[in-house]
Amino acid sequence: MSERQQASTSVISWLKRGLRDGFPICMGYFAVSFALGIAARRIAMTWLQAGLMSMGLVASAGEFAALVLLESHAGVIEMVSTCIVVNLRYFLMSCALSQKLSPELPLYHRFFLAQGITDEMFALCTAVDGWLVPAYSYGMMIISIFGWTLGTILGVLAGNILPAQVVAALSVSLYGMFLAIIIPPARRDAFIGGLVAVSMLASWLFSVLPVLRTITGGFKVIILTVLLAGAAALLRPLEDEHPETEQGGQS
Amino acid sequence: MNTYAALLIMALTVYMIRLLPLLFLRRELKNRFLRSFLHYVPYVTLAVMTFPAILEVTENPLAGALALIAGLITAWVNGDLFLVAVTCCAAVFLTGLIL
Repeated sequence: MSERQQASTSVISWLKRGLRDGFPICMGYFAVSFALGIAARRIAMTWLQAGLMSMGLVASAGEFAALVLLESHAGVIEMVSTCIVVNLRYFLMSCALSQKLSPELPLYHRFFLAQGITDEMFALCTAVDGWLVPAYSYGMMIISIFGWTLGTILGVLAGNILPAQVVAALSVSLYGMFLAIIIPPARRDAFIGGLVAVSMLASWLFSVLPVLRTITGGFKVIILTVLLAGAAALLRPLEDEHPETEQGGQS
Repeated sequence: MNTYAALLIMALTVYMIRLLPLLFLRRELKNRFLRSFLHYVPYVTLAVMTFPAILEVTENPLAGALALIAGLITAWVNGDLFLVAVTCCAAVFLTGLIL
C-alpha cells in the first residue's frame, strides 16, 4: 500500500472511530439540548433561532446563559463578558488540546477543531494516545453537534412528548462518559485517583459551604481546575519526555 | 437588538475563546510546570463537573447516586465509554420504575 493510500485508510478509520465514540455524546446531548429547546420555547424563540444558537455555541451552560441574556435584552458588553466568563473553561481546554496537536498539522484544521471543544469532546480527544488525528474529532463533531442541534429544535417544537422518565435517564449519560474517561487512568495511577477524589470532594464542598455555594458553575470549574491541577503539577510534575510522534513512525 | 445579531455576537465570542489558544500555542510547551498543569486539567475538570452534579440532574438524588455508583463500578471493571453511559442511564430508568 502506498503511503497516501495508507494515510487515507487511517483517516477513514479514525473518522469511524470518532462517529462511534461520539454516539453516547450524541445521546446525552440530545437529552440536555431537548431541555434547552423547551427553555428556548418559553422565551418565544423560533425553532430556527434555537437551532442556530445550538449549532453556533455548542455549549450547555453557555446556552442557558445565552437564553437569560436574550430574555433580558442584554447589551453587547454584558453579552460578550457573560459569554467569556461562562465559557472560560473552554479556554483552558483549548490550551490543553493544543498540546495534543502535531506542530506539523496544517493550520486550517485548527479553525475547524476549535468548534469541537466541548466538555465531552475535549475529554475524548485528550484521551487518545499520541497526536490527535483531526478526523477522529470531526467524526465526533458531526454526530454530536447534529444530536445537540436536533435535540434543541425538537425541544422547541415538541416540548412535552418524551416521557419525563426517559429524559431523566438520558440526562445522566454525559456523567457516565466522564466517569469512563477519568476512572480507568485513576485505577492505573494512584496519584490521578487521588486527584479525582479530591476534585470531587472539593466540588461538593463548593456546593454546600456558605459563600462558596454562591459561586456559579462555570466559575467553580475554573477556580478548582486552576487550583487543583496547579497543585498536582507542583506535587508531581511530568517526566521530561515528549509524546511519541505516531504519524510516520511505525508502518 | 435583533435575536439573530445577538446570537451571532455570542457565537463569535465563544468561538474566539476556543480558537485563540489553538492558534497561539502551535508548539509544544517547554515549561515543565505548564505541561504538567495542562496534563492534569481534564481529570480535575471532569471530576468537578461530575460530582455532585450527577445527584442534581435527576429529580430524585437517589437515582443519581445509583447512577454514579453503577458508573464507577462499570468504568473500573471495563472502561468502555458507551457501556458506562448506558449503565448510568439504565440505573436511573430502573430506579424511576421501582420508586
